[in-house]
Amino acid sequence: MVTETSTRATGVAAARPKLAIARLRDFALVPAIIVLLVVGALVAPAFLSTGNLINVLQQQTELGLLVLAEALILVSGKIDLSLESTVGFAPALAIALIIPKASHGLGLGLPEWTGIPVCLLIGALVGLFNGFLILKLRLSGFVVTLGVLIVVRGLQLGFTTGQNLFDLPLSFTYLGTAEWLGLPASVWIFAAAFAVGIVALGYFRQGRSLYAIGGNSDAARAAGIRTDRVIWTVLVIGGLLAALAGLLMAGRLGSVAASQGQNMIFTVFAAAVIGGVSLNGGKGTLFGALCGVLVLGLVQNILTLAHVSSYWYQAINGAIILVALMLSRITSGKAQD
Amino acid sequence: MSAVTDTSSAAGSPAAEARQISKRYGKTVALNEVGIRIADGESHALVGRNGAGKSTLVSILTGLQPPDSGEVSFGGEAAPALADRDAWRRRVACVYQKSTIIPTLTVAENLFINRQALGTGSLISWPKLRRRAADVLGEFGVDVDPARAAEDLTVEQRQLVEIARALSFGARFIILDEPTAQLDGPAIERLFERMRSLQDSGVTFLFISHHLQEIFEICQAVTVFRDARHILTSPVAALSKDGLVEAMTGEATGLRDGNTRPAMTDQAPVVLDVDGLGVAGAFDDVNLQVRQGEVVGVAGSASSGKVALAEAIVGLRKPDSGSVQVTGRPVRAGSVPAALAAGIGFVPQDRHKEGLVADLSIAENATMPIAHRLGRFGSISPRRRRELANGMITSLAIKADGPDQLVSGLSGGNQQKVVMARALSNEPDALVLIDPTAGVDVRSKQTLLDVVDQTAERGTAVLMISDELDDLRTCDRVLVMFHGTVIREVRSGWTDNELVSAIEGIGESSGD
Ligand SMILES: Nc1ncnc2c1ncn2[C@@H]1O[C@H](COP(=O)(O)OP(=O)(O)OP(=O)(O)O)[C@@H](O)[C@H]1O
Ligand SMILES: [Mg+2]
Repeated sequence: MVTETSTRATGVAAARPKLAIARLRDFALVPAIIVLLVVGALVAPAFLSTGNLINVLQQQTELGLLVLAEALILVSGKIDLSLESTVGFAPALAIALIIPKASHGLGLGLPEWTGIPVCLLIGALVGLFNGFLILKLRLSGFVVTLGVLIVVRGLQLGFTTGQNLFDLPLSFTYLGTAEWLGLPASVWIFAAAFAVGIVALGYFRQGRSLYAIGGNSDAARAAGIRTDRVIWTVLVIGGLLAALAGLLMAGRLGSVAASQGQNMIFTVFAAAVIGGVSLNGGKGTLFGALCGVLVLGLVQNILTLAHVSSYWYQAINGAIILVALMLSRITSGKAQD
Repeated sequence: MSAVTDTSSAAGSPAAEARQISKRYGKTVALNEVGIRIADGESHALVGRNGAGKSTLVSILTGLQPPDSGEVSFGGEAAPALADRDAWRRRVACVYQKSTIIPTLTVAENLFINRQALGTGSLISWPKLRRRAADVLGEFGVDVDPARAAEDLTVEQRQLVEIARALSFGARFIILDEPTAQLDGPAIERLFERMRSLQDSGVTFLFISHHLQEIFEICQAVTVFRDARHILTSPVAALSKDGLVEAMTGEATGLRDGNTRPAMTDQAPVVLDVDGLGVAGAFDDVNLQVRQGEVVGVAGSASSGKVALAEAIVGLRKPDSGSVQVTGRPVRAGSVPAALAAGIGFVPQDRHKEGLVADLSIAENATMPIAHRLGRFGSISPRRRRELANGMITSLAIKADGPDQLVSGLSGGNQQKVVMARALSNEPDALVLIDPTAGVDVRSKQTLLDVVDQTAERGTAVLMISDELDDLRTCDRVLVMFHGTVIREVRSGWTDNELVSAIEGIGESSGD
């Protein structure tokens, strides 16, 4: 028994939802960067000089490498707080193995050339250790890397007895200060690292698997991705990049402070999230993260050039981070998580 | 038992075989020495009640987890090592019961996940990937833009993408674990057409479904599991539907038909009143009223807008026009808490996204809407919660270790029952159910529908969104939607054919 209530069959056609504009999110910060460049030029004529801009870049290389590392880890759905301690620990230990006891070294007297490879190796080992605890023992990544952050910082304090190391081997100071083709070597390294990262994550299956794992690790496993192996690799690369950042920082400053890298991790997260990398994994691009780094660097530089009292830096920096977050929320139109 | 030799492609070796497989999860025995032998080129059905162990066998047959004991072989060859995922993927493709779509990636990338570089090189060409994805989707009749993010897809679209992906691999053996639970009639027909043509070209299928008529339609052999054991394997032609149900349930009682409630009178007060509700692009100007104690069905194909209508009523979507009232009071639009507070209970379509918190226990999930009533000053009394949950487990026949078991460890159908328990927990005035029996076995479906009946008898107004005929039979009347409008109202007493052709929009103007 069928009764008609209406014979109007037109109705609304099932319209197609609008095209996803996820890609736009990658460029969300480009307008902000342009605005900052204009503001900078208005604040100080010296701002747009090549020298100053290179200076901005160079100051951001170490932070940038850390953000690159953290972005890789966040995209794969993990987190690593210990990067900031590796920044101090890796170069400090590599140097201490070379320099004599008198300069607060360990007195082992390894040859000078071992400095760089050993430094990078130590970073990789910290990542390997994180991976072991997170993947083999199935411990919480947040707490594991928090623990490693404290332990590694403590180890550095232990073997340096809290002293700064000054007698840097030549190879260290070279990378931190050299210029290649008119640009600081560190800027080249920074640019190369991001270029490799962007291409790998954008155009290679192995790189795309980070997104798959961060988006839904069960599904990634079902699709044949060896999730544990990939995450382990990412954590090792993260440690390696942190050690590289520490190496450049040591070379630039000519010393390794006992507190080298301390508290950097907050800025690292800020840059990554401003740049659109999700703390929940699976979302964000390295290009976005790079933009996040540049925004923070430009703000810092403009504040300096505008002679803002350094006591206000912290408050202004925090405010900028919040504003940038709101801006990218508006331009991307999606809720952040 | 046949002697399996190591020589590959031995004549007559089955496409896949599992022998003496056992698997336990803690104290739950999921599989107890079961075996299955899937002959080359056949479509083999696997049926059993919720929690019988079907999906567990699927995860073992696809190498996602090892059995505790027993062995798996493909074409007579022992299965590859668990770590060699690529080797597994060459032998078997699968649509898992739980979605394996990665929400943060585009549809195109999901289709070619982990094989994005299509050519010989290892560099990915995105335009080429999107073109190939469009081809695959088109071939399968899925109308989805490959550049869209997968998280924006509807449940049906996600399922179709998943199926298209499994079929596009070129694997010779394909497992489909309840692929039809979220699909409407035409989509199921398209799937079956595809399966038939693939089968003609020699592809073997293992097909799991709780819709027994589908098994008679598409499969040649059937294996029944019950309580983690193998019960029988038989040619489909040698079994009747009743025989199959008996093998699944272990008892020979008929299934019920229609509802047992007294006929509705027009005197009962209106509880749920939907007035001129519309969501742009989904449905337009829908008016409907559900009286106290009435069960109203809403049927229609996936594009009819029926799910969007239900989601707008319960606050999961913000309507563009119109209003909803419960017992005469308006409900604030687009807010789930407001809908719950107004006395609406609901079962959402996507149980993983909106229905359940996987890492909480059954008790916590099922009592979530009434947590504030379980103790004083915001504290929750665990004892009362467990008591309540135990009651729900019994009344809905949830197969579980107990109220403290995590929902993530339940079988698909049992998770659905927990969602139902949650909807019923606060004794709502109005109950909105979207596909409430999706993935639920034939016997449990009766239990669930009986519970709906009883709830209605106690005075709840029920709106049931479904195109499952068994669900709709409990309804006093069924509204049929087509392209965003209600085109008909069908009183109970309809025949299957009448309703199906109404749903498909055939002859919708015959009454002029
Ligand atoms: N990860 C897990 N942890 C604990 N128990 C589990 C887990 N996975 C499955 N089980 C248990 O194993 C049994 C079999 O589950 P399975 O998912 O194989 O059932 P099914 O036959 O697929 O049911 P359905 O028809 O509902 O999908 C169930 O009792 C379930 O509770
Ligand atoms: Mg299952």
